Amino acid sequence: MNPELAGRSYPATEPYLVGREKVREFARAVLATSPLNLDPEAAQAAGYADVVAPPTFAVVVQEHTLAQLLGDPDAGIDFSRVVHGDQRFTFTRPIVAGDELTATLTVTSVKSLGGHSMVTAESAVVDAGGAHVVTAISTLVVRGDE
Amino acid sequence: MSGSSLSDLTVGDVVAEQSYHLTRDTLVRYAGASGDFNPIHYRDDIATSVGLDGVLAHGMLTMGLAVQPVVDWLGGDSGKVLDYQVRFTRPVLVDPTAGADVTVVAKVGLVEALPNGRDGARIDLTVTFNGETVLGKAQVRVALT
Repeated sequence: MNPELAGRSYPATEPYLVGREKVREFARAVLATSPLNLDPEAAQAAGYADVVAPPTFAVVVQEHTLAQLLGDPDAGIDFSRVVHGDQRFTFTRPIVAGDELTATLTVTSVKSLGGHSMVTAESAVVDAGGAHVVTAISTLVVRGDE
Repeated sequence: MSGSSLSDLTVGDVVAEQSYHLTRDTLVRYAGASGDFNPIHYRDDIATSVGLDGVLAHGMLTMGLAVQPVVDWLGGDSGKVLDYQVRFTRPVLVDPTAGADVTVVAKVGLVEALPNGRDGARIDLTVTFNGETVLGKAQVRVALT
C-alpha cells in the first residue's frame, strides 16, 4: 500500500437517489421490523418525509467511495487481501427515502502492523442541499504476504 | 413514544435481547440489497479456495441486524441512533443446511446528557455465534428523548 495515501481525498461521488423500495428491501435484508423502515405512513406519522433507512444503509452510499479508493492504482491496495476491520457511522440525521446523497472520501490514516497494513477512510455523506447526513468510517486491513 | 429517561436507566441494564437465525437465503438477500456480491458469501468452493472454512455472513449483515433490537427498544425509530460502531473480530460461518444462530444482548454502557439537552445513552452490544463473540467494541449511541 502507498504509505503517502494519508490525507488524500477523492472527488464527490455522483448523486445517489435513495428509493423507497430500496430502503424497504435493505430493511428486510437486515431483518428490521420497525414500521418506520417499511411503511411510509408510519414514518410520516413519526415526523419523517418517507421511510427511514436502517442505520447501516449508509454503507450502500459509502461503497461508491470505497470503490474509488480500491480502484486507484496509485493507492496500491490489493483487493483480494482486504479484510473489513471495523466500521462506524456518525449521524447528523437518518437517511430517508427521497434523499439525494453524495459522498466524499478522505483517507485519515495508514498504518503497518506486523506485516499487515491498515487504512482508515472517512466518507462524509451530504444531502442535495450540502447538509451533512452521516459520516461512514471504515478501517480496512490488507493482509501481508504469507 | 418511548418513556425511557436517564432516571430509568442504570449502567448494566439489559434493554434488549434477540436471536436471529441466518440461512444462505439470508446472505443472498443481503447481497442483493447491499450490492456486496463478494462470492465468499454464497459459494463454498470460492470460500474454501481462499482459506475459509466455508461461506461467511457479510460483516455488514451482522452489524446491520445487531442494532435492530436497540431500534425496536427505541420504539422503532432508527433516527434515534446517533452513532454506531463495531469491530469485526470473528466470522459467522453459515452452514448450508443448519444455517447459523446469532444472539444479540444489548446493555446500557453509559447514560449521558446530550449537548442539545436531550437524554442519551451508550448501548453496548454482545453479539455471539457458537458461544463466541463475533463483534468487538460494538457500541450504539442513542437519543432517548
